[in-house]
Amino acid sequence: MNINKQDTPLKIGDRVLTSRFFLGTGKFKNKEELRETIQASGTEIVTVALRRIDLERHEENILEYIPEDIILLTNTSGARNAQEAIRIARLAREAGHGNWVKIEVINDSKYLLPDNTETIKATEILSKEGFIVMPYMHPDLYAARALVDAGASCVMPLGSLIGSNQGLKAKEFIKILIKEIDLPVVVDAGIGAPSQAAEAMEMGADAVLVNTAIATADQPALVAHAFSLAVKAGRLAYLSNLPTEKESAEASSPLTGFLYK
Amino acid sequence: MVSGNQNPNTTNQILDTSNQIPNMFSLNQIKQTLENNDRAFLEDLARQAASLTKQYFGRTISLYTPLYLSNYCSSHCTYCGFNSHNRIHRMKLTPDEMHHEMQCVAKTGIKNILLLTGESYKATPLSYLTEAVEIAKKYFTGISLEVHPMEVREYQQLYLAGVDGITIYQETYDRNKYKEVHLSGEKSDYNFRVKTPERIAEAGIRQISMGILLGLGPVAEDLLALFQHVRWMEKNYPGVEHSISFPRLRKIKGKDFAACPVDDKTFIKILCLTRILFPRVGINLSTRENAYLRDHALGLGVTRISAGSNTSVGGYDTQKLVPQDPQFDIEDSRSVKEIIHVLKQKNFDPVLTDWRPIENSVVL
Repeated sequence: MNINKQDTPLKIGDRVLTSRFFLGTGKFKNKEELRETIQASGTEIVTVALRRIDLERHEENILEYIPEDIILLTNTSGARNAQEAIRIARLAREAGHGNWVKIEVINDSKYLLPDNTETIKATEILSKEGFIVMPYMHPDLYAARALVDAGASCVMPLGSLIGSNQGLKAKEFIKILIKEIDLPVVVDAGIGAPSQAAEAMEMGADAVLVNTAIATADQPALVAHAFSLAVKAGRLAYLSNLPTEKESAEASSPLTGFLYK
Repeated sequence: MVSGNQNPNTTNQILDTSNQIPNMFSLNQIKQTLENNDRAFLEDLARQAASLTKQYFGRTISLYTPLYLSNYCSSHCTYCGFNSHNRIHRMKLTPDEMHHEMQCVAKTGIKNILLLTGESYKATPLSYLTEAVEIAKKYFTGISLEVHPMEVREYQQLYLAGVDGITIYQETYDRNKYKEVHLSGEKSDYNFRVKTPERIAEAGIRQISMGILLGLGPVAEDLLALFQHVRWMEKNYPGVEHSISFPRLRKIKGKDFAACPVDDKTFIKILCLTRILFPRVGINLSTRENAYLRDHALGLGVTRISAGSNTSVGGYDTQKLVPQDPQFDIEDSRSVKEIIHVLKQKNFDPVLTDWRPIENSVVL
C-alpha cells in the first residue's frame, strides 16, 4: 500500500514533504555515522546548529555529510534571547545556508526549556525577512496562536525535556495544539523510542523530530530506520481513524438501546 | 537512606537523594561515596555517570588550548608557581607576540582559546585583556579568560569585546585554609572571590567555569560547597552555561602542597558524582592529569579537554627556547593532532568549533 496515496502531503513553507520524520544532527560519534543515519532515516529535513558549523571551512565540515537534496534547517541553538536568535539566523543565511531556520531560544541551562516569549519575537522578525521559521516551543496554546500570527511555518512543541527520552509528557497540551492550530505541528524533543514517535503521529501530529535517541544509540542507522517505520505506522493509524481508547468496557448503545427493544 | 557506619555497596543506597534538598547531597553522602572502596560500587557509579553523559552530550568532546599571556602576579598563594614571592622570570606578551602565539595555536585547528594571566591588576589591566581578546577574535571562535576577579562593569566590557566564558576557581571554600594559603594580594579577599561568579553572570557572560583545587582543602567539604555554589548559580542565573573543574593540586619543582591528596580512584569518584548530580553541566579536564587517566575518564563525564597545552608565557613559540617556570607541570603533553586521533579511535567526536561568535550586545 502506498501511504502517500492515502495521505495529504505535508507542506512546510513552499516545500511538499513525503517524509514526516525530521532528524537532529547533534551528539553523533562521527560524521560518517551521521551520513549513514540520514540515509537510513529517509528524512528530508535535518537540523544543524549554526554554532557547530565551521563557516571558515578549516575543519571537517558537517555539511559535507548531508546530501544536497535534503533541506538544511539551521537551528539557533545557543541563543538566549530573540536578538541572539535573529543574529544567528542572519549569519546562517549570509553564509549561504538557505532560509530555513529552527528558532531555539533557551535561557535555562538546567532544563533547556524554550522561552516562548522570545521565540515569538524572533519569529515575527525573521518571517518578515523571508525566513521559513520553524519555532521550537513549549506547548502553550496562546503562544502557538501568537506564533501563527507572527508568521511561523509550523509549530514545534516539545514532547518532554530535550535529550530526556521521556516521551510525550506534554501529550494533552500537544493534542490541544493539534486541534486548534492550523499550521503543521511537529513534535520535537524528548522522543526516546519509536513507539513514542508512533504515539505522537497516531494522535495527529504532522511530523516528529528526533535526535538524542538516535545519535546516542549503539546502532544509530538501525534505530533511525525503526523510527521512520514507526512514524509511518503512526501516521497510517491516524489516517485510519483509530477507535478511541475507552476507560472501561462499554455496551454498544447503553443510552439509546431501549429504543430497539 | 544510609545511616551510621554501614558501608553500602549499591550506589542506589548512597545516591538516594529523596530526603534531601532536591538533587543535593549531604556531606555524609559525599564522604560515604569517597570512602567506599568497593569495586562494584565504583563500577556502578561509573556506569550511571557514563550513561548520563552519553544521554546529554552524546559522543562529543570539546577541545580548547590554554594560552598564558602573563605571569605577573600580585598575590601570594603558597601553592602556585606564579606567586609574587617566587623569584621567577616575569613577562607578559606584547600585542605582536600575542598575534604570533595565537597563530601558532590556531594552526593546530583549535578554535576555542583560554587566555590566562597571573593575578596582577597592574600588569594586566582591563585594557590589556580587552586588547588580547580583540586579537584572539581574529583567530578563534570561542574565547574564555582565566584572570583576576573583576567588577560587573569590567566583565561587561569584556563581554562586549567578545568574551564567551570566564573561569574562576574558589580554590577552597574552607575559610581557614583559604586564609592560610592566600597570604597577601587581592586574592586573599575570600568574599570578593566567592561572589565573582555572580558578577560575571550579571555582566551577561555566556559560560562560567567554577572549581576547586583538589587537595588544597578538605575534599568532601569543598566538593559540597562547590556543588551548592553551582546549584545556587543555576537557580539564580539559569541562562548561564555552567561548567565545573576540579584540578588536582600539583607539585611545583618537586614540592608537594596538597594537604589532602586525592588519588585516582577518588578523583574518578568525584568526576562521576559530579555528573550524576549535574547531568547537563560541562566538566573540564586539563593536562594536569596524565594521558592514561584522561583517556579513560573521557566517557565518564568529561565534556571539555585541553590539548596541546603549554603553561609558560610565550610557550608556543615566542619564548620557546627561554627556560621558564610554568604555573604547573603538564602531565599530558600530546599535541592537538594526537588528541584528536585518540578521540576518534575511542569513538568520540572532537568538537573544535563549539560556538559561533555573534556580536555580543547588552541584553535589553
